[in-house]
Amino acid sequence: MKHDKIERNLGWLLVLTMLAISAGGLVEVVPLFFIKETVETVKTADGKDMIRPYTPLEQRGRDIYIREGCYLCHSQMIRPFRDEALRYGHYSLAAESKYDHPFQWGSKRTGPDLARVGGKYSNDWHVQHLTAPRSMVPESVMPNYPWLIKTKLDTSDLTLRLQALRTTGVPYSMSKAEYDRNVKQFGEDVAKMLHIPDAEQNLIEQAKTGNYDNNINDVTEMDALVAYLQVLGTMVDFKQFDDDYFAKFR
Amino acid sequence: MATASVVTSEQYNYDIIRKFTIMTLVWGAVGMLVGVYIASELAFPFLNFDIPYITFGRLRPVHTGAVIFGFGGSALFATSYYVVQRTCQTRLWGGNLANFTFWGWQAVIVLAALGDVMGHSQGREYAEMEWPIDLLIEVVWVVYMAIFIGTLMNRKQPHIYVANWFYLSFILATALLHTFNNLAVPISLFSIKSYSLFSGAQDAMTQWWYGHNAVGFFLTAAFLGMMYYFVPKQAGKPVYSYRLSIVHFWALSFMYMWAGSHHLHWTAIPDWTSTLAATFSIMLLLPSWGGMINGIMTLSGAWDKLRTDPIMRFMIVALSFYGMSTFEGPMMSLKDVNALSHYTDWTVGHVHSGALGWVAMISFGSLYHLIPRLWNTQVYSLRLINVHFWLATIGVLLYITAMWISGIMQGLMWRAFDDFGNLQYSFAESVAAMHPFYAMRALGGAFFLTGMVVMCYNMYKTINQGNTEAAPVAAAA
Repeated sequence: MKHDKIERNLGWLLVLTMLAISAGGLVEVVPLFFIKETVETVKTADGKDMIRPYTPLEQRGRDIYIREGCYLCHSQMIRPFRDEALRYGHYSLAAESKYDHPFQWGSKRTGPDLARVGGKYSNDWHVQHLTAPRSMVPESVMPNYPWLIKTKLDTSDLTLRLQALRTTGVPYSMSKAEYDRNVKQFGEDVAKMLHIPDAEQNLIEQAKTGNYDNNINDVTEMDALVAYLQVLGTMVDFKQFDDDYFAKFR
Repeated sequence: MATASVVTSEQYNYDIIRKFTIMTLVWGAVGMLVGVYIASELAFPFLNFDIPYITFGRLRPVHTGAVIFGFGGSALFATSYYVVQRTCQTRLWGGNLANFTFWGWQAVIVLAALGDVMGHSQGREYAEMEWPIDLLIEVVWVVYMAIFIGTLMNRKQPHIYVANWFYLSFILATALLHTFNNLAVPISLFSIKSYSLFSGAQDAMTQWWYGHNAVGFFLTAAFLGMMYYFVPKQAGKPVYSYRLSIVHFWALSFMYMWAGSHHLHWTAIPDWTSTLAATFSIMLLLPSWGGMINGIMTLSGAWDKLRTDPIMRFMIVALSFYGMSTFEGPMMSLKDVNALSHYTDWTVGHVHSGALGWVAMISFGSLYHLIPRLWNTQVYSLRLINVHFWLATIGVLLYITAMWISGIMQGLMWRAFDDFGNLQYSFAESVAAMHPFYAMRALGGAFFLTGMVVMCYNMYKTINQGNTEAAPVAAAA
């Protein structure tokens, strides 16, 4: 076919252009939704999933992480290099973000990677660092976030949030049947935290027992954000796996 | 292209183009100002002033939104409406619908900026806008597509001119990308908050398929449409090679969409996707340089214009930056280079060599050509265009040089080991080492912004001395 024909016929131009721009996504992106090995299977010896959805408090912390645009300076994706292993820990698995709507892998490290920041620092350190970063790390260029500890966490739409996540496929439970499924998949302790009817109560309880912001009277945004940071990268016990188990999935 | 004729402003809808042109200037100045501010925040963090609304994390999407969709988007609406009318020799289809795209698009930019500072974010780069804004974008875009296609259908010329292919491809691709990347579940119809439909690895692939092709189609294909009309016009010569433009168009449209996952090298996606993306990224060098050569060689036989015509100078330097950043990009998509460059300022520098050097400069050149024609007058001051040219060029060079140094330094510091096999530098040490380059980058940005302000003044004076009456316009082509 002479190109001249396409230039004179708008229909041909439209159809062929659509074909040209659709091919890449169809071959490269769409299959990942169907190829099972894209996300690793990560189970304990007794067959329970190691990766679990976030608790209500952690999820609210994650919402704040997104609200403040933390992902613009912090990645959550450790690459399989020696220096990153020493600095941050085991490289990130796809499974570790399988309940992340949206993903927060990031594209820039103005600050360090946070994929495994959980448990690295104390709650007190995080509270002080988030409130005034340069009091802990003089070289830091991070903004101060003094309002986090002063702002009470809004839980008014908590169930709506968890229900929306449930719609996207995160296994939060509404019914007894879903709860039982979660017990089987994650064990009873986790299943309790994922039960939407008890979400608010669970959130308050976690904030009190965790005492993330050193103040057990109020549940603040600081409680939620620190709870989220403290769980990052802590779900997989890498000692239970061979070194090359995860490599198979790449 | 059209032969010499006399047209009245009634024959073409110039009014809508004037509106978009003015907003291009406004959003350019606003977006670049915010850019300089957030660059300064990184150099001098006290500038965050403990005010939630102006912290780096909230202002950065304001910057990207205002420059990409405000400045870039308005420039594309303006020039595409101009080019499609002139090359089809027919009035814009759809009457008042064009006005709807104007007000709708401006509402999108304003609402997006307000949402950003209030902390309403989808948490996706360049797609931070929450679902109500996304729906508005969708509607505006479909109307835009209808207007553009409707006008093409009414054309008085049998051929569809090459610039329109590129604009068309950009409009189609943007619709596709925007739709699929923003699939989300709102928590309620009365809440702005939503969660993306996809998660983890699949979400990452979708986002970077979008993110990369926002660059590929919004910031490249569309501006190539601009180039294919305004460079030959300003040079007074036909496009260098017709055959090259065909190859350029199809290869670019086909290949760009494969390259997205080079933003995800070494991450938790299957290896084959990133290998495929790297392969296509390398191949993209060919159509990209084909297009650059086609643009620059259009000037052959009229090279003297580079000395005498500052507008032409903008265009040729833009094409040079296009060539440079489309060489740098494929290089950075090599896995080994990417291992060093990813997560560093090098990426930021690369983006700006494309965004400032190519996108903004070709827009400046095109607008300097366009504005006097829209208002039936001459440019107020050619000397000020020259001043703008040098401010912009020095600004880009300072910016990308600073980012090259800091980016490569970061990459090297992070992976440096001492004699005992331990990490040589703490992360904080690498942050401290960035300081002078962050200051230098902010200075480069300030140069570029100053140039933009000079342009606004120059064009304000130009528009003031012009008129928009229905007096006949002697069309030079």
